[in-house]
Amino acid sequence: MKISSIALAAVALLAAGGACAQSKEQFFPLLVYRTGPYAPNGTPWADGKQDYLKMINARDGGINGVKITYEECETGYATDKGVECYERLKGKGASLFDPQSTGITFALTDKAPADKIPLLTLGYGLAASQDGSIFKWNFPLMGSYWTAADVLIQHIGKREGGLDKLKGKKIALVYHDSPYGKEPIPMLEERSKMHGFELIKIPVTAPGVEQKSAWLQVRQQRPDYVLLWGWGVMNSAALKEAQATGYPRDKMYGVWWSGAEPDVKDVGEGAAGYNALNLNTAGTQPKVIQDIIKFVYDKGQGTGPQAEVGSVLYTRGVVIQALGVEAVRRAQERFGKGKVMTGEQVRWGLENLALDQKRLDALGLSGVIRPISTSCVDHMGSSWVRVQTWDGAKWSFSSDWYQADDQIIKPMVRSAAEKWAGDKKISKRTPEDCQS
Amino acid sequence: MGFFLETLLGGLMTGMLYSLIALGFVLIFKASGVFNFAQGSMVLFAALAMARFAEWLPHWTGLSNKFLVNALALLVALAIMIVVAWLIERLVLGKLVNQEGIALLMATLGVAYFLDGFGQVLFGSDIYKLDVGMPKDPVIVLDKVLPGGVLVSLEDLIAAGVAAALVALLAVFFQKTSTGRALRAVADDHQAAQAIGIRLSRIWVIVWSVAGFVAIVAGIIWGSKLGVQFSLSLVALKALPVVILGGLTSVPGAIVGGLLIGVGEKLSEVYIGPYLGGGIEIWFAYVLALLFLLVRPQGLFGEKIIDRV
Amino acid sequence: MLYRENGQFKTNYRADQQIFPILQDRIGIAIVLLIAFVLVPLTAPEYLLRAILIPFLILSLAALGLNILVGYCGQISLGTGAFMAVGAYAAYNFQARIDGFPLLLSLLCGGLCATLVGVAFGIPSLRIKGLYLAVATLAAQFFVDWAFLRIKWLTNDSTSGSVSVAGLQIFGLRIESPEQKYLFCLAIVAVFALGAKNLVRGAIGREWMAIRDMDVAASVIGIRPMYAKLTAFAVSSFIVGVAGALWGFVYLGTWEPAAFSIDRSFQLLFMVIIGGLGSIMGSFFGAAFIVVLPIVLDNLPYWFGIPVDTALASHLTFMIFGSLIVFFLIVEPHGIARLWSTAKEKLRLWPFPH
Repeated sequence: MKISSIALAAVALLAAGGACAQSKEQFFPLLVYRTGPYAPNGTPWADGKQDYLKMINARDGGINGVKITYEECETGYATDKGVECYERLKGKGASLFDPQSTGITFALTDKAPADKIPLLTLGYGLAASQDGSIFKWNFPLMGSYWTAADVLIQHIGKREGGLDKLKGKKIALVYHDSPYGKEPIPMLEERSKMHGFELIKIPVTAPGVEQKSAWLQVRQQRPDYVLLWGWGVMNSAALKEAQATGYPRDKMYGVWWSGAEPDVKDVGEGAAGYNALNLNTAGTQPKVIQDIIKFVYDKGQGTGPQAEVGSVLYTRGVVIQALGVEAVRRAQERFGKGKVMTGEQVRWGLENLALDQKRLDALGLSGVIRPISTSCVDHMGSSWVRVQTWDGAKWSFSSDWYQADDQIIKPMVRSAAEKWAGDKKISKRTPEDCQS
Repeated sequence: MGFFLETLLGGLMTGMLYSLIALGFVLIFKASGVFNFAQGSMVLFAALAMARFAEWLPHWTGLSNKFLVNALALLVALAIMIVVAWLIERLVLGKLVNQEGIALLMATLGVAYFLDGFGQVLFGSDIYKLDVGMPKDPVIVLDKVLPGGVLVSLEDLIAAGVAAALVALLAVFFQKTSTGRALRAVADDHQAAQAIGIRLSRIWVIVWSVAGFVAIVAGIIWGSKLGVQFSLSLVALKALPVVILGGLTSVPGAIVGGLLIGVGEKLSEVYIGPYLGGGIEIWFAYVLALLFLLVRPQGLFGEKIIDRV
Repeated sequence: MLYRENGQFKTNYRADQQIFPILQDRIGIAIVLLIAFVLVPLTAPEYLLRAILIPFLILSLAALGLNILVGYCGQISLGTGAFMAVGAYAAYNFQARIDGFPLLLSLLCGGLCATLVGVAFGIPSLRIKGLYLAVATLAAQFFVDWAFLRIKWLTNDSTSGSVSVAGLQIFGLRIESPEQKYLFCLAIVAVFALGAKNLVRGAIGREWMAIRDMDVAASVIGIRPMYAKLTAFAVSSFIVGVAGALWGFVYLGTWEPAAFSIDRSFQLLFMVIIGGLGSIMGSFFGAAFIVVLPIVLDNLPYWFGIPVDTALASHLTFMIFGSLIVFFLIVEPHGIARLWSTAKEKLRLWPFPH
């Protein structure tokens, strides 16, 4: 590259950077993976995110008149590609990132504060980042792996007739051998001490396509329940192996990332009885999905096949982007309606979400998720989740709404967050900082 | 005791399945001296072709008999693999005659990347179902003799049987037919074989097509077991220890190596794994192969490496 | 005309044996160093530094290490990712567990730990050769992958297996901005490249090349194969370990074992083959090719303004990458370094035909 062109490019980038703040468009970077072993689950998520943005542009003309632009960047679930995508897209005026991967979240958690861009990690990421007083820029909205593990134990306890009945039982965790899969272990170990059940940890080497040994071990140990913490191809492989070794599928419980259509469709009847958590309702009934069909698909602008609209992960992508857009809208209420919001301003918006039932209805999300409101110290907002069961052809809810037990979660989160702060030499936020 | 037998059986059968993939490696190495790193991608490509055509053919032709549709899809996939073999020979191997082994290795790695991308462009990156009517539920045998019985996966048993049949077929092909002899001649020395009138390009197309056929069979069996998706090509990494343990040039070596690695893997994961925290099976397989190689550096059945000074 | 050696007579052995005996070469290197050390940090945009130059430098260092093993000593190794991981995690442990441990020392200690592991996994090379050795080194790759996920002590008891470093500084100077990171990596790479070039020009380098060409003949004339092969593994793993530590500390900041997976090993092997086996320059060429190509391919649709579905773009990148590798191997199996030296040969005569 010639030096003059480098200099020119530098000037152009600086100008563009400056111009972005004044440009009349809100830019949303979309980190996705549509290739690799995790593509079957990453694709509907990515489609849901993009379709929601298209719908907002088509139906509302943007956020209070500010048009939305977006750009996808393929990460393949790899941390280094995720970091490269982040570096490339942050310069375009990105105001929040949804990395779609716990591994990438870990990497970006160190970079985002310096660049002043919040990370929206709905239902994944660092469990300790729920504590907003230390993790200023992370937002694990609606749940983390600790709340998921907690709810699963609550549900199993309820199924057994009381948490005290768990004493002496065996619960196996078949998990993806990566930060994602290992995250729930501290919570499960804590609960196993509390209730006296034996926790058997069975890791599956990523990407988890060949699991015979893991399930032979399950057959050997004969646990009463198996918790599945997989992603991508690992989920359906696990169910197929469970069938091949004869483990009753109705004793299997998956986290909300192991309970979607791609995981069970090709196992079909063989997975009947399998249960999983679900953060959101699915289906084409909710108003937001209807709007997407009306304003995007009916005009032939859909990102993926229409058959995918309304599936579990698609709807979750819609929810994530809806919360992101709502954060921008909330930021605009404070910093200027009709203006483009920066990362810092969107961060404030994410920290002050107040979606009550009325607001959810207005957004078209009624029936999809429960009310959620975040605060300076609570970056999660809500931990409502339900259990759903696959009957061979479709998912249907099989339990009431659960909420994570704060008595157990909060102390663990606090100590983990403080340890993080000590390691990284970050100080707790001051009350004044909470108001900014 | 019952569980030990289960693990042993499971290991043996998984080992046979690895041998299926290893066979592809051995075939190509035996006949063209190339270590085909693209075997995993060929298995994936073949499986994708079979799965998708089995899905599309009913729409295009209106046939609904599953057996007929699968048979047709198999023929189409075979045709595609032959075309792929021909193209690889024309565009890659033919231009790299008599280059160093490592250059050829890298070329096949390039082909692997290409096939991975191309397969997904043509057929998609979702998980596709490959239904050849394999039984999915297990059977319990010997439950009168041993408590709890021994769990046998019928699907794996059938697959192991298919693998054994394929190996027998290939062994006959190499030993008894003139094409087989020509293949062995080419494996020995490309230029000498050319000198006595063996058409190198034709032989290579045949070899890669046979390897493609083996890839289809492996793809069907693994694809029916695990679903057809990009990660299927990663199963080839589990078959590499089988290849080097058995010897790069030996078909029976691929079987024996497969059985050894399969059993070693499963037994180690189930019995040693829990003490080490689990997840050890993939490196254990490689370490096992490595230990065997220290005793016999050319693999159990491979040709002795003679260094000339 | 410009590149003729006319009139450059050497008057002592020392001058004859220098790395760049031709004056034009010396001027060329000086200009390259000037541009690299002075001009680039002053003028390059942040994206170029962060996403292209820093990974290029670190990966060229790793490719340098691998080239010593594969190109100069002829031992094919597919476990380079593992040695990078050992270097990175070892350096992390030194940095995190010992307060105030200097950064440079942690990097070097990380390299030393990688050396120990490299020599351990290099012992089979005394018995196993060729492709068998290549697959056997995968044992190192998968074992190390597993070890860093499972053995908590190695990752300083991090629950997720993911570790991070922050606040790098050397002799009181902070290493935070892209320019500072770039200069830090550049300095280390320059020192190591010089060291490697001198090693391969010396007796040990000749021993390696003898083993590569004909190891039986080499042992007949008195070169000890064990010494040569194990030193190759040792030096190579040291360099690769330091590169791994740089990758984790400077480029990624936070990493997990998957950052050093088998894909990284294949990538480095590609760099070495495409760049040119047995050539120090070749490692740099190969690294440049492999680092820049995917980024260019990924961004090509945007530069031309063609909206391409990201999945299709990634698949196309794979396809084009694979085809270019094959194309390169057909056109120049000895790598870009051979093209470069051919060009230099032609330049020595230019504009005369012979």
